[in-house]
Amino acid sequence: MSKTLYDKLWDAHAVIQRNDGTHLLYIDRHLIHEVTSPQAFEGLKLANRKPWRISANIATPDHNVPTTNREDGLDGISDEVAKLQVTTLDDNCKEHGITQFDILDKRQGIVHVVGPEQGVTLPGMTIVCGDSHTSTHGALATLAMGIGTSEVEHVLATQCLVASKLKNMKVSIDGELSKGVSPKDVTLAVIEKIGTAGGTGYAIEYCGEVIRNMSIEGRMTVCNMAIEAGARAGLVAFDKKTLEYVQNRPYSPKGNDLQLAIAQWHELMSDEDAIFEETIHIDGSSLKPKVSWGTSPEMVIDIDGTIPEASSESLSHALKYMNLKPGMKPSDIKLDQIFIGSCTNSRIEDLRIAAQVVKGKKVSDRIKRAIVVPGSGLVSAAAVEEGLDQVFVEAGFEWRAPGCSMCLAMNPDQLGEGEHCASTSNRNFEGRQGYGGRTHLVSPATAAAAAISGNFVDVRELVE
Amino acid sequence: MKNNYNFHIGRITPLSRDNVDTDQIIPKQFLKSIKKSGFGPNLFDAWRYEDEGYPGQDVSERSINKDFILNQEKFLGADVLLSKDNFGCGSSREHAVWSLMDYGFKVVIAQSFADIFYNNCFKNGLLPIQLSKEIITKLFDIAEQKKEIEIDLLNQVIVCEGNELCRFEIDPFRKECILEGLDEIGLSLKFSEDIKNFEIKRSLDAPWVFNERNEG
Repeated sequence: MSKTLYDKLWDAHAVIQRNDGTHLLYIDRHLIHEVTSPQAFEGLKLANRKPWRISANIATPDHNVPTTNREDGLDGISDEVAKLQVTTLDDNCKEHGITQFDILDKRQGIVHVVGPEQGVTLPGMTIVCGDSHTSTHGALATLAMGIGTSEVEHVLATQCLVASKLKNMKVSIDGELSKGVSPKDVTLAVIEKIGTAGGTGYAIEYCGEVIRNMSIEGRMTVCNMAIEAGARAGLVAFDKKTLEYVQNRPYSPKGNDLQLAIAQWHELMSDEDAIFEETIHIDGSSLKPKVSWGTSPEMVIDIDGTIPEASSESLSHALKYMNLKPGMKPSDIKLDQIFIGSCTNSRIEDLRIAAQVVKGKKVSDRIKRAIVVPGSGLVSAAAVEEGLDQVFVEAGFEWRAPGCSMCLAMNPDQLGEGEHCASTSNRNFEGRQGYGGRTHLVSPATAAAAAISGNFVDVRELVE
Repeated sequence: MKNNYNFHIGRITPLSRDNVDTDQIIPKQFLKSIKKSGFGPNLFDAWRYEDEGYPGQDVSERSINKDFILNQEKFLGADVLLSKDNFGCGSSREHAVWSLMDYGFKVVIAQSFADIFYNNCFKNGLLPIQLSKEIITKLFDIAEQKKEIEIDLLNQVIVCEGNELCRFEIDPFRKECILEGLDEIGLSLKFSEDIKNFEIKRSLDAPWVFNERNEG
């Protein structure tokens, strides 16, 4: 029987089906951060249980870490409650012998950037993390899902997840993207089309010419926001690009293991006649840069579009919260801050694209603050090596240390009340980036261009 | 903190919104806690109070948003939360479920739920019930009329004033978990031999998955 990529990954990890129909799904890798793990470790301790397989786990603090004064390590965390959470992760990892890239480690970073970068994420694996954006790793032909804290405890204790099989959705993006249109615009277009609940109960496989031509980093951006379309998992089939990306990383297989792995990885694609319960087509050639205007990631318009009428209670709430009026254009929005970072867009490729836009220019006087937060210590080092940090600093951006930062503003990087931010992150919920803050989700190129212009502009007009 | 029950009688707090995300249910500044309890006073913090909250604060000093549904006198003690489409979307934070329970909610009814939130509910014994738009609309009326509803989990039926309002679907295992307050990890560990055998097979098929850092 022909199978989808998701079916193959599922079948390769289903340990047993229980009487009630649910499965135990074996988990190859478990990524851990400081926010959703302390209660899970506490639960283990109370039940007198131990982690099932220590080497399956990799940890790094990312949500709470400050992006300044990093050389001070834990002492640089001024918020005592946040510091306790980070030290609790240290303690738990030490107690159980779990590898952690701690706050002072050069490999520390956003867990979803660190995993692929280290080769911890490999094709064909099942990967979970107590973070909804775990879907990111699906770009490497893995089955990767966000889980809650009880499930974190369950995976620690049993190396399995209690799961029911998801349905299959195919999202095919065909044609060729225009210059200036990026993976972020593609993933926002998908959410705009199917809505934030469109993918509920599904694993989404992204395919089509646009995805095939897209870099692995771009595919990570697309899969990252599968969860904003409601899908717990996003996936892309294995190909030559995947292999090039995963080879020669610290945790990736070498020698004979690599040859064995490659033979298996080539199977990681949907069979030609595999059945998807839902299929969506998007014409990539017609896509334009996108801007979110509201308080849900489905409230998205084209850069030259207009903000819609308040035709429902939700839309009217969103317009009020964002202090915007129907008929306004993105260019009419007064911006206060720029944030380039997050597990969606903080990889080296994102920083290169943004740097290219800002090179030799200055951040507009109208922008109060513009920050760049690389996704990991290694991304930061690579950017410094290429001189990108200087490009940003000379333009008037602040160059920060790696972490989740203003994507969810658990650390001191926050919007002020009423401020509008052009942000490369993934959620524009009320208060997400700071109490009363107003988020506009955009690509790195659009955020960079907005920093220079002081308002949203069409990046297609800036690139050749 | 775990609910464990088969029958609940209560009034309804109506939260008339689609896409209520977990950032709204419990804002990020409260996620710094390393405990599962104490989130109730900050449930829906940004909607419930007129100022920005912070962890460890005495909420009795804060100015409340009188318009918000949780602050309206007629819904005080109404421990069934009713909402619309895609409730619990966004972040996977289980703190959302812990805060709803810590506040006192026993059941959440919505037209649809986001996957991770829905899962998280069962892990803690908060019963999520998904119902059709038509029934949801009826329940909003019932909420306004301050009528009690009876939620019979055993028979999967909701009754109001002696009349069956609707039946609801629930996965049998999840139902059992709430009815019996089962220890899911303990249940899974009964399959330890199966997991070990699977692991041996997988380590032969894909040894690199089990390798430590491999610089060689």
